[in-house]
Amino acid sequence: MAPALAWLTALMVVPCALVLALAFFRRGTYGGIEYTFTLENFGLVFDPLYAGIFLNSARIAGTATLIAVIIGYAAAYAIAAAPRRLQPVLLFFAVLPFWSNYLIRTYAWIVLLNREGLVTQLLRWFGYTGEPPSMLYTEGAVIAGLVYNYLPFVILACYAPLSRLNPELAEASRDLGASVVTTFRRVILPLTVPGIAAGAVFVFVLSIGNFVTPALLGGGRFQMIGNLVYDQFLTANDWPFGAALAMALIAIMLLVLMAQAIATDRASGHAAEARSNVDG
Amino acid sequence: MSEPRTLLQIDHVSKNFGRVTAVDGISLDIRENEFFALLGPSGCGKTTLLRMLAGFETPNDGRILLDGRDIARTPPNKRPVNLMFQSYALFPHMSVRANVSYGLEMERLPAAEIRERVDAILATTELVPFADRKPEQLSGGQKQRVALARALVKRPRLLLLDEPLGALDKKLRGAMQLELKRLQHEVGITFVIVTHDQEESLVMADRMAVLKDGKLLQCDTPHAVYEYPADRFVADFIGVMNFVPGKATADGVLAANGARIAGKLPATLSPGATAVASVRPERIRLFPKAQTANRISGTVEALAYQGLDLQLHVRTPLSPKPFLVRVTADAADRRPVSAGDTIELGWDAADVRIFKD
Amino acid sequence: MLPKREATSMAERSPATRRALWLVLSLVFAFLYIPIAVLVALSFNEGGLPTAWSGFSLKWYVSLTGNSEILSAALNTLIVALISTAIATLLGTLLAIGIEMRRQYGKGLEALIFAPMIIPDIVLAIALLSFFSMLNLTMGLHTIILAHVVFNLAFVCSVVRARLKSFDWSIVEASADLGASALTTFRRVTLPVILPAVIAGALLAFTLSVDEFIIAFFTAGAGRASTTLPMQIYAMIRFGITPEINALATIVMAVSITALTLSQRFNRGIIGQ
Repeated sequence: MAPALAWLTALMVVPCALVLALAFFRRGTYGGIEYTFTLENFGLVFDPLYAGIFLNSARIAGTATLIAVIIGYAAAYAIAAAPRRLQPVLLFFAVLPFWSNYLIRTYAWIVLLNREGLVTQLLRWFGYTGEPPSMLYTEGAVIAGLVYNYLPFVILACYAPLSRLNPELAEASRDLGASVVTTFRRVILPLTVPGIAAGAVFVFVLSIGNFVTPALLGGGRFQMIGNLVYDQFLTANDWPFGAALAMALIAIMLLVLMAQAIATDRASGHAAEARSNVDG
Repeated sequence: MSEPRTLLQIDHVSKNFGRVTAVDGISLDIRENEFFALLGPSGCGKTTLLRMLAGFETPNDGRILLDGRDIARTPPNKRPVNLMFQSYALFPHMSVRANVSYGLEMERLPAAEIRERVDAILATTELVPFADRKPEQLSGGQKQRVALARALVKRPRLLLLDEPLGALDKKLRGAMQLELKRLQHEVGITFVIVTHDQEESLVMADRMAVLKDGKLLQCDTPHAVYEYPADRFVADFIGVMNFVPGKATADGVLAANGARIAGKLPATLSPGATAVASVRPERIRLFPKAQTANRISGTVEALAYQGLDLQLHVRTPLSPKPFLVRVTADAADRRPVSAGDTIELGWDAADVRIFKD
Repeated sequence: MLPKREATSMAERSPATRRALWLVLSLVFAFLYIPIAVLVALSFNEGGLPTAWSGFSLKWYVSLTGNSEILSAALNTLIVALISTAIATLLGTLLAIGIEMRRQYGKGLEALIFAPMIIPDIVLAIALLSFFSMLNLTMGLHTIILAHVVFNLAFVCSVVRARLKSFDWSIVEASADLGASALTTFRRVTLPVILPAVIAGALLAFTLSVDEFIIAFFTAGAGRASTTLPMQIYAMIRFGITPEINALATIVMAVSITALTLSQRFNRGIIGQ
């Protein structure tokens, strides 16, 4: 136990604490760090210029999360409704792409959305003759890339509670006179909130801190927090500000995790009941 | 016959976990070749005591002498004592044969001897056809026999069995009780069994110890424990007992309704003390002779046939709970009784046990 | 525990619902697999361009073998993945056993183990960069290995812990009772029983390490000597796409998907209860 904990402490806890400390120092005149205490790095985070990037990141991440959750929930529902023996296979293939290289999956979208990419070819084939549509290097491309990359996790997270759901609950609801839609809204959805919350948090946290997808599919035109942190460390050489941005990212992550804990907590009461009915 | 030799001496052993005292100054002698039962309700300390004998817990106080040598601090892998686990704890990745050989391999015995001894114990436990199976391919009863064979093959001085029949269904349990007795006789090894099932220990044990809250209440033969319980708890825990609360008098107990129950007062009780008189259901007769020492009439509330016996619940003014009476089906046939009847019950003074309440 | 009866499956639903559910599945799977399939197909395209199919060819694969930059990056990736997986498997397994045996899960400990899996890569990357440069450590493959062990050990630990949740600890006591020392018990009882999970965890760690880009990018230091395959791929995507990348992507995907499939196999083939 001890060596593992020592490893985590030395190479995760200490470095992260260091970044936190770094955020309170001043940037030296020629890059580097001047060891005087200051809060201005955090002030800069709220500067309209950077706050705008935060909001932009949140909007892009939020949109990607929403789309991924809708598609992912539908897919998970369909898998959970498939014949029992097929379910593990379907689930396995739904998650498989997630384990191939992230860069390659993102690159695949460049191939699709390029000016002379597959989508354009397809349009041509259908008789489209105009200018190739510009799809790459747009906000839409970034969102598509994020959804594509993180969808498998949402499917996995939503499948867990859906597959555990006692089918008699839905039948009881129908028996008591509820329509299919009402049954879904009042029985199934509330009981599967923990899965949705886990999937949503995952997509949101990974999207908002992402820098590969905006860099490759946004062509650098759509700055997100991840890119900003990257720039401070590798181009602008303003480590203290980069550290403050990273801490802001962690703060957002913790807030989102807290929201998830609350949502799951509220729902877990119902879920426990739903399961105890099965045990009894 | 010569006096049986003492094999294991538990000498003022105590064990506490933090502020909880699990075993509280217990002293016990276990004799060579006997079938000994540790009995008590859950949380009485019997499992902790067993785990101290196996070496998985170390007593805070006291000695555990095996053949006169203190083993209280000897690690489990260095003791000539083996444990049959409640969950059986069979190694899931090994065949039956590999499970049984494991302990002998640890003793670094020659391969030929291991083979011979394993074959012999597999034959004794009727496991030969299953030797190459994995534990997951066995039934509950077969798993239990593998666990037993694995422990017995080491020829321990002492075999400990932790609720060995707990995981089996009722019918199989009855058969395995006899099977365990037969095996114990055959291999000539001292067995110490932990159980919460009083019937099981009455059937199987040569001697038994009743524990409660970490203390030893009584240690004797099943017959003695059943007929002469040490206190009210033991009387209630072992078998079924009817209790009549009241005050002790020189020749019995004065019940709350003024009735006198005749019986012998134990030396520890003096007249006037709060006491309880008790009698076993099978000692009570219906329609007693006039000279019977204790007689009372009551109303039959319910009857239950149990094969050979008929059990009656009879409401009497003696106690808040109805009296339980067990008569043979024969006797019941001779003079039929039905619910609602008023009948007279009677029992001898010699069948009454009086305890402090 | 779970509903014993089969959940209302497609068979019991109306044909219209059934068709709708299959349609959803088909669309989602198309969305997931078409982009990958296009890449793989292109890697065999003689012309190498997505504009036209000019015939089946292995020439891009052949040209990969002559690209010394890619080969050295692949070698670097292999070194990093193998060493970090070995260390992480050892430490992560021992950590999992330590935690599950004592059954003490303090909140702090849980958070410490969970953190590497949830912290955004970019944050861990800059943290390690700051840390290493503050120590004046020359960065290279060794610093990438140090960094990869951090998240790899967390993943190995969680896979092994999942297996240990259903582990019957009384078999460890049984082994001691039958005369085995602690070391013999670990070698002959504990390890064989959890081995499938340990292998599954190791394969998972290997996959993660092979694919990891951001942390490697920040902790590799200057110079080409410690470029890993994902770093090479990133550079190729950003600064001039050559058709070779399709072939490289196909190979990398094949490797990670094989490792993951094996990992699944091992984890499902767990013996006993």
